[in-house]
Amino acid sequence: METLLQASDVRRSFPRTGGEDLLVLDGVNLTLGEGEIVGLLGRSGSGKSTFLRLIAGLAQPQGGHLDYMGAPINGPASGIAMVFQSFALFPWLTVLENVQLGLEALGLPDKKIRKRALAAIDLIGLDGYESAYPRELSGGMRQRVGFARALVVHPNILLMDEPFSALDVLTAENLRTDLIELWQNKKLPIKSILLVTHNIEEAVQMCDRALLFSSNPGRVTTEIKIDLPHPRDRSDPRFEDYVDRIYVEMTARKVERQRTVQAIDVIPDAPIMPVSSNSISGLIEAVANPQYDGKADLPDIASDLQLEIDELFPIAEALHMLRLADLEGGDLKLTHMGKRFADADTNERKEIVSRALMNNVPFAAHIRRVLDERHNHTAPRRRFIDELEDKMSEDAADETLRAMISWARFAELFSYDDESETFSLENPTEEN
Amino acid sequence: MLPRSWDLLAGIFVLGVIIFCAEASREVSQPLSNLAHNPVSLDPANLPNYAFRTALRMLVALAFSLIFTFTYATWAAKSKRAGMLLVPLLDILQSIPILGFLSVTLVFFLSLAPGRILGAEFAAIFLIFTSQAWNMAFSFYQSLRTVPVELDEAGRTFGMSGWSRFWQIEVPFGMPQLIWNMMMSMSGAWFMLVASEAFTVGNTSITLPGIGSYIAAAVQAKSLTAIFWAIGAMLVVIVIFDQLLFRPLVAWADRFRIDAEPGDEEAESWALKMYRRSRLIDAIGTPFDLLMRRSYKIAPPQRKMQIASKSILPPWLAVGIWYAILVVFGAYVVWRVTTFVGSALGVSDVVGVFLRGLATLTRVIVLIALASLVWVPVGIYVGLRPHLTRVVQPIAQFLAAFPANLVFPVAVSLVLLWNLNPDIWLSPLMVLGTQWYILFNVIAGASALPREMRDAAANFQVKGWLWWKKVGIPAVMPYYVTGAITASGGSWNAAIVAEVVSWGDKTLHAYGLGAYIADATVAGDFHRIVLGIFMMSFFVVVVNRLFWRPLYWYAERKFKMT
Repeated sequence: METLLQASDVRRSFPRTGGEDLLVLDGVNLTLGEGEIVGLLGRSGSGKSTFLRLIAGLAQPQGGHLDYMGAPINGPASGIAMVFQSFALFPWLTVLENVQLGLEALGLPDKKIRKRALAAIDLIGLDGYESAYPRELSGGMRQRVGFARALVVHPNILLMDEPFSALDVLTAENLRTDLIELWQNKKLPIKSILLVTHNIEEAVQMCDRALLFSSNPGRVTTEIKIDLPHPRDRSDPRFEDYVDRIYVEMTARKVERQRTVQAIDVIPDAPIMPVSSNSISGLIEAVANPQYDGKADLPDIASDLQLEIDELFPIAEALHMLRLADLEGGDLKLTHMGKRFADADTNERKEIVSRALMNNVPFAAHIRRVLDERHNHTAPRRRFIDELEDKMSEDAADETLRAMISWARFAELFSYDDESETFSLENPTEEN
Repeated sequence: MLPRSWDLLAGIFVLGVIIFCAEASREVSQPLSNLAHNPVSLDPANLPNYAFRTALRMLVALAFSLIFTFTYATWAAKSKRAGMLLVPLLDILQSIPILGFLSVTLVFFLSLAPGRILGAEFAAIFLIFTSQAWNMAFSFYQSLRTVPVELDEAGRTFGMSGWSRFWQIEVPFGMPQLIWNMMMSMSGAWFMLVASEAFTVGNTSITLPGIGSYIAAAVQAKSLTAIFWAIGAMLVVIVIFDQLLFRPLVAWADRFRIDAEPGDEEAESWALKMYRRSRLIDAIGTPFDLLMRRSYKIAPPQRKMQIASKSILPPWLAVGIWYAILVVFGAYVVWRVTTFVGSALGVSDVVGVFLRGLATLTRVIVLIALASLVWVPVGIYVGLRPHLTRVVQPIAQFLAAFPANLVFPVAVSLVLLWNLNPDIWLSPLMVLGTQWYILFNVIAGASALPREMRDAAANFQVKGWLWWKKVGIPAVMPYYVTGAITASGGSWNAAIVAEVVSWGDKTLHAYGLGAYIADATVAGDFHRIVLGIFMMSFFVVVVNRLFWRPLYWYAERKFKMT
């Protein structure tokens, strides 16, 4: 098997105003060979899209090596084509013109450009739409144009950045199966595919290998080889095993860190995602349903509630942190408090969350304590954001504080006035 | 900073405004002859006072522009029939050059406060108003037409009165766009400042103390030092306006943006913090706030169920009658203008003015084309680089406000030095202030190009001319056309200061409609003034309808991102 792409120890960070650089990718390794589909799987913010942009030559890594066919990548290479999440079609060009654009850039003769473009349009099932403008097409058809535009240049590597995530479920499935079928029948003029996704089922369905990315900074934590014949059946128990395994891998690490470190220190060392109290209540109620009876398998509940892992994980982690549920081995299990929450009315729920914050979220308890101690019971935002910024980036600190505010508002633990940027213990005064 | 120090800062601020206002009101109550006894002095020590007077005039004019916007645009948007008349009328008002308003209204304003400076101040404020109001009204009219139906229906469901919906739904919705237009209006007012503060109609010459008059005097006295002092003073006032007025407004109006995403960068302003945190300003604002709240609660008069809409006339007849009234009224106006102009001028005069109009039209076309050739590529280049955009935007904004009169010394000297043809070489002054609107808009368009689309172009190695042809230029097209429409309209108005140029005792004339109107105004020849204005409106409206409007729709349809 010929090696197409070799990434070793790739590092990438972004400069931030007034502070150290934000490290997005750290020590990422990848070998991509001929004839395989490799998936990069991770949550948003894990740097997987950044990694793809590096391979496409749209940005340069700050450390490590990135070689395509044995030569370092510095700038877009002609053998690497990309399909974008939002399609990125040019609205003022017709379908045919959009597809031809890449060939025109190669400086091919007009006749050849037309012939190849029409062949790609035909292959991807777009005949009859040549003269349409993108705005006249449905999302699925637009992404087909995106595929045709990438395939027409006959790239060695096809990069796909969450290509199905902007489509509805049916359209996405239809496009995935079409693509896999073409790939299996060796109809695609490409040698290998690199797919970025946050959809676990999608990765198991399409890829020969899946690399799991962790967040902050992005690293490849695990590689899982998916040894199933195509076409793959989602109800096949082996398919489900792979999905379960990935869920376990992706939840394990973060949760472990969350509980051990925070018990010691008031300031959290990893950002806390602001999850709305509605989502928290909603997930608890769903897990408390007789169908699950207090213990739910994450893949099941994700498909049941139609939640992407990007949406489900932060809620599940919030429950875990508040000790309303335990997140273990790909399962979410309600604790005693969690079960009480499910049966409680609004006031009792506020009471439960308030206690959970005081006992299990040291930073929330810290804010409350500071407000209690001050004689006017108010404190400026700066007081707390500074503490957080000692440990994390500006954005992460902001996010964490927003999480605290949102939960404390629900629990009526303390209040916050955005206009004057002040925390206080009073309830908002009623006007008039 | 502690809350106390915010109060201190606000206190100084309020006190300063009061002192200056008291001084200004003392001065404007003086007899008009005082102006002649105390001519504008080129001593820079007077500049702070002049600057304040100019700033005050601009603010008062801006307040009137807002009142005009809230009434005129609302009326035009709410009443379909009124809109039929008011919207085209706004188009025409926009096309009338500042001197046109001056000559016909000066006597009226002077008569409001006979023999006092106040009357002349009214006139100056009105002139500044005419260079601010129209685009604000247009912007607000557009906003009112696009208020989301859900918001309006929510308001109705809660039983809010029309008055309360206007202030709590419609005005907030239109606010971000309106504030942006207020900033543009301020630039327009600066550009026309000299014409608004120092003017001559026939035998009446008026020079009000202010930066504009200071510039006029500097040009008269050929003092380069004074010109530089004026530029400096202008810069200071613009920065103060920006810091104390516009930046807080932008930061405040941020909350009204309906499409805002939490991740977007928030606009910040220290002045807004001061206004919010100071108890003094809070105390001043509270009674007003309470009054407004009270007014929302006044129940709307119980409207009878829509039985009244069954009027005696069938709807088509009502519309027909309304159209007929408009046509008759329009014909009457045309007839009056024709007889008024015809009583002193003949067909040959009209043809002559038309030819002058063609000359100015040629200049506008050539210059907008040249400006586009320069600023479209520059705008695209800058717009794609955020760090450059941050530097270029404020500079361009300042240049857009730069009065043409400040460049007169350079223009006149060069034309005389090389013995150039003024018909050609004075023309660039017309786009001096207006070309920046092309740049602004193109920058906005290029920075709105989605990153994935730029990535796609890079990924498929679209480079060089192919990139400009297939990606860059199409992407900014709708923005460019918007900018070019503003620039072209503004250039017509600028013709009156760009076709007659003086430096000391040297005055250069170019052959064109602007010079015709300017000369007629100085001579106080009302027949020629009316003919000139009529011709200019005719040209602007016809060019807009036949060229810009269709181009705008085309660009909007073909190139707009969705």
